[in-house]
Amino acid sequence: MLKDITLGQFFPGTSLAHRLDPRTKILLTVVYIVALFCAESFVSYGLMVALLITGVKVSGVAPKALVKGLKPVLFIICFTAILNLFYTPGEILVQFWVLKITKEGIFTAFFMALRISMLIMGTFLLTYTTSPISLTDGLEALLGPLKKVKVPVHELSMMMSIALRFIPTLIEETDKIMSAQKARGADFESGSLLDRAKALVPILVPLFISAFRRADELAVAMECRCYHGGQGRTKLHVLRYQPRDYVVMGAYAAVLAAVLVLARFGL
Amino acid sequence: MADTIIKMEDLAFSYPAEEGNVPLAALNGVSLSIERGSFVAVLGHNGSGKSTLAKHMNAVLLPLGGKVWVDGMDTCDENLLLEVRRRVGMVFQNPDNQIVANVVEEDVAFGPENLGIPTEEIRQRVDAALQAVGMEEFVLQAPHHLSGGQKQRIAIAGIIAMEPACIVLDESTAMLDPSGRREVLDTVRRLNREKGITIVLITHHMDEAALADRIVVMDGGRAVMDGAPKEILTRMAELRAIGLDVPHTVELLYGLREDGFDVPVDALSVEDCADAIVAALAPRA
Repeated sequence: MLKDITLGQFFPGTSLAHRLDPRTKILLTVVYIVALFCAESFVSYGLMVALLITGVKVSGVAPKALVKGLKPVLFIICFTAILNLFYTPGEILVQFWVLKITKEGIFTAFFMALRISMLIMGTFLLTYTTSPISLTDGLEALLGPLKKVKVPVHELSMMMSIALRFIPTLIEETDKIMSAQKARGADFESGSLLDRAKALVPILVPLFISAFRRADELAVAMECRCYHGGQGRTKLHVLRYQPRDYVVMGAYAAVLAAVLVLARFGL
Repeated sequence: MADTIIKMEDLAFSYPAEEGNVPLAALNGVSLSIERGSFVAVLGHNGSGKSTLAKHMNAVLLPLGGKVWVDGMDTCDENLLLEVRRRVGMVFQNPDNQIVANVVEEDVAFGPENLGIPTEEIRQRVDAALQAVGMEEFVLQAPHHLSGGQKQRIAIAGIIAMEPACIVLDESTAMLDPSGRREVLDTVRRLNREKGITIVLITHHMDEAALADRIVVMDGGRAVMDGAPKEILTRMAELRAIGLDVPHTVELLYGLREDGFDVPVDALSVEDCADAIVAALAPRA
């Protein structure tokens, strides 16, 4: 049952979105988020929606998968929308008791909901089209300059990729421990919330112990393979920007500029 | 004297004791030379010091007494650490805990990447290493979808990609099912024969040890026997005395001999054993 959890949510493919350099995609996602927060009118939002739709079309990711990604945050979206709906001052349209709905409120609520859902869909597009490994590679390369100010960029990305590597292993292990505890009569499914939380202890303790043991063994194995930090390390896959990266980056820059200009004119 | 890759002289080691206890010696003066290109099995039961011995072969542990030289380099010299480790690769027991990346090719590339090999050469080494262990079709697979034997072969490929002179397998078959064990053993035998890589196989399985050119038997932190498999595995009484099982074939032949049949006791494989028995029975028929 735990095997169904998909983490990293990567859909392999060969579309343009998949072939872009991970650094490009990370940068574009940042640009996209900035633009999203600068957009203030129907025109600029229209532009952003068009951008997102183009992105989805190009990536070949099923729109259904993106919408599904919204489910866990549906509550937050609704909550923000409702708050904005009632608490934005302005021209009152409807009023009952202390609650008033203003014209501005409707707009803000609508835009807020749109903004959050587009934000989430945009970032999902990144993780759907980029494998966890190239994502960490991209992050390491982009954060490279921070090494100068003693940020352990290589170590962080190594930690991230090892964590990703061990997720399936630990999930499998959790499954095994759960079965072992069930065989001894442990009950994870009934009782109050507190009971069920307590029932997790006999799973977590062995899981942690085994995780530490694994970490220890892995560290020795890595040392045996001459690992000595990021210094003097080469890579099997070296990231290189292709012409397509520049083209796409140009297009995004144009959209960001357009949104900024539009915002300037209050549109 | 033949070319030695690993030389140990009067090696002693003990693990730090828990409070109030006397430290228990894991190795008590082991002297051992391993020839380049040979296939040596180190046999012993749990706690005999065989794993501790293995960990000294690439400076995971450093001797408390005596010396270890790898290819003429003293393992205690910190400046030579990387050189020592690129010459002697180590494959461990648990396949899951030695795979670093979540794509096979990235994992095999991990060693060469650490050595600072240029990108194009890493590519060649990865492909060659995967071919050497017969896993070339799995380049882009995720390791957790592979079987235990396949994972161990990937781990071996990761070592081969560093182009070592010697591979130490520290009970690498202990967690595998019979078919996985066979996969791994076939792979290391082929590497030994075809590429001349020295293999040190740490094991407690007699039948695995029988595949080697030479067996070193460990007991109580000492190398108590050292010789060719036929010579070692037929010393039934001594092996039993230190708690090791004798191969079934040898046991059978011993029994037959005691009952007055004229059979050799050094037919280790099942086929040889059968032939020997048939040969012994033939005159009677």
